[in-house]
Amino acid sequence: MDKLDQQTVLLKKGAEANLYLTNWHGRPAVIKIRKQKKYRPEALDMQIRSHRTSHEAQLLHQTKISGVTTPLIYMVNMPESSIIMEYIQGVQVKQYINKAQKIEREKICLQIGELIGKLHKENLIHGDLTTSNMILNEQGTIFLVDFGLGEKNTELEAKGVDLHLLKRALQSTHFTFWETSFNDILKGYRLVLGDKFTEKVYEKTREIEKRGRYIEERKKHL
Amino acid sequence: MINAQKIVLSDDMYCLGIESTADDFGVGIARSNGEILANAVESYIPVEGGIHPREAARHHAEVANKTLLQALTTAKIKPKDLTAIAFSMGPGLGPCLRTGATVARTLAAYLQIPLVGVNHSIAHIEIGKLETGVTDPVTLYASGGNTMVTAFESGRYRVFGETLDIALGNCLDVFGRQAGLKSQRGLPLGAAIEQQALRGKTLIRLPYVVKGMDLSLSGLVTSAVTQLQKGNHSLEDVCYSLQEHAFAMVTEVTERALAHTEKKEVLLTGGVAANNRLQEMLRIVSEEHGAKFNVVPKKFATDNGAMIAWTGFLAYSQGIVTPIDESYVKLRWRVDRADVPWIN
Repeated sequence: MDKLDQQTVLLKKGAEANLYLTNWHGRPAVIKIRKQKKYRPEALDMQIRSHRTSHEAQLLHQTKISGVTTPLIYMVNMPESSIIMEYIQGVQVKQYINKAQKIEREKICLQIGELIGKLHKENLIHGDLTTSNMILNEQGTIFLVDFGLGEKNTELEAKGVDLHLLKRALQSTHFTFWETSFNDILKGYRLVLGDKFTEKVYEKTREIEKRGRYIEERKKHL
Repeated sequence: MINAQKIVLSDDMYCLGIESTADDFGVGIARSNGEILANAVESYIPVEGGIHPREAARHHAEVANKTLLQALTTAKIKPKDLTAIAFSMGPGLGPCLRTGATVARTLAAYLQIPLVGVNHSIAHIEIGKLETGVTDPVTLYASGGNTMVTAFESGRYRVFGETLDIALGNCLDVFGRQAGLKSQRGLPLGAAIEQQALRGKTLIRLPYVVKGMDLSLSGLVTSAVTQLQKGNHSLEDVCYSLQEHAFAMVTEVTERALAHTEKKEVLLTGGVAANNRLQEMLRIVSEEHGAKFNVVPKKFATDNGAMIAWTGFLAYSQGIVTPIDESYVKLRWRVDRADVPWIN
């Protein structure tokens, strides 16, 4: 890693990676380092970390073509499984929507829906859609981050899972208003992909949910 | 469920618990102070293939009497000394659940004592807490029918991650059967796979599917079977690779829940908890997060009546009783749909 400022500050210690704030040739930047996981065999660990690092870098690039705002990549270091990228000044959507007024929340959710719609339109799958992986900057633009579990995939299934994971994340972190917010997100999604396609994807999401174990709704299908 | 007044438990109260969600029929007796006085289990062993629900239920009906007597004799308790009868109300296989429920209703009606319906998954967590002394853990519950990561949050055990298809124990069983492994004396095939895996040296790359906080195991088992059938790898190596992939996936999901909730205890429970390699992986991850790792003792890892008896007590102490005419079994009773008023 060349010319990194000596001063790096730990921003966030995640389950999978650590984020450090640093300086990249005069610009504030974030280094995301995927840590070695001692619980899995070294070969498997290396494969998983490299795979996710390269995928994340590729996807961060491709998302921009789809019109979705994501941080700029400055540098990828494969042996270290680290990425240096633009630092986005802002708040996590998770924190923002818990405090926001109803009308503000609706606006944000519509925007989230549109972003996911744009991704899916280009067959880009985020893989870990949660409100912690969305950053709202001061200009009101939402940046999607953390594409480590993402992929390019044309199957309906992948899009269905993406929406399912977001729904689950909303249910567990925003359980008082998740339903309204999820519907607003679908509204935004519909604006990009149309009623017919949205219905098809969401039908898939429902099918995926029913595949889960011990789901009451599954009774009707037995 | 009737939420009557809370009941103050005295030390000489005893609860008998009946477990019959799948292949095990268990009767346990717990004392109100948390002492387990008896834990009798009879297992249905299929002649071939997996569990046949009707055959398992028939087995349970046949052994019910004997198992009950064994538990009462071991505990040195007379039926008239019992305070309540608890039973596994779900989730599980219908015919098996109904057999256990019938025995429980009969006992409660005959002895004229309260009946308490217990959520099977919660019982696995509660017996783990009782036996290890943890109070607020992130729990990985992995068995033949369940694989989920749960933690208590705002009134319920919440599911942070779970399998999108088959359970971890099921994944191991299916592979074991396809590989022609034989179970020894009622031990699950997972134990046989663990033995083989110890001799494995080469890691074969298999599907590693983590989706957000959830995971998928069906592709992994198919791929492992295919690798074995191709004949390019030894059974030992495939067993080793299957274990490493499957356990790393559940460990990763557990770590995510641990980082998210910032809890300081990890609990491993359910039948697969007996696996040493899985324990090792979770221990490493717990230490990295400054959390204490705990595993349920082996005799309470698989399905058992003691956990039902103990959880029955916890519920009963909060006034939860199940009237006989409302004691229908719930085949798909999710852990996050069950009330746990005894916590906090």
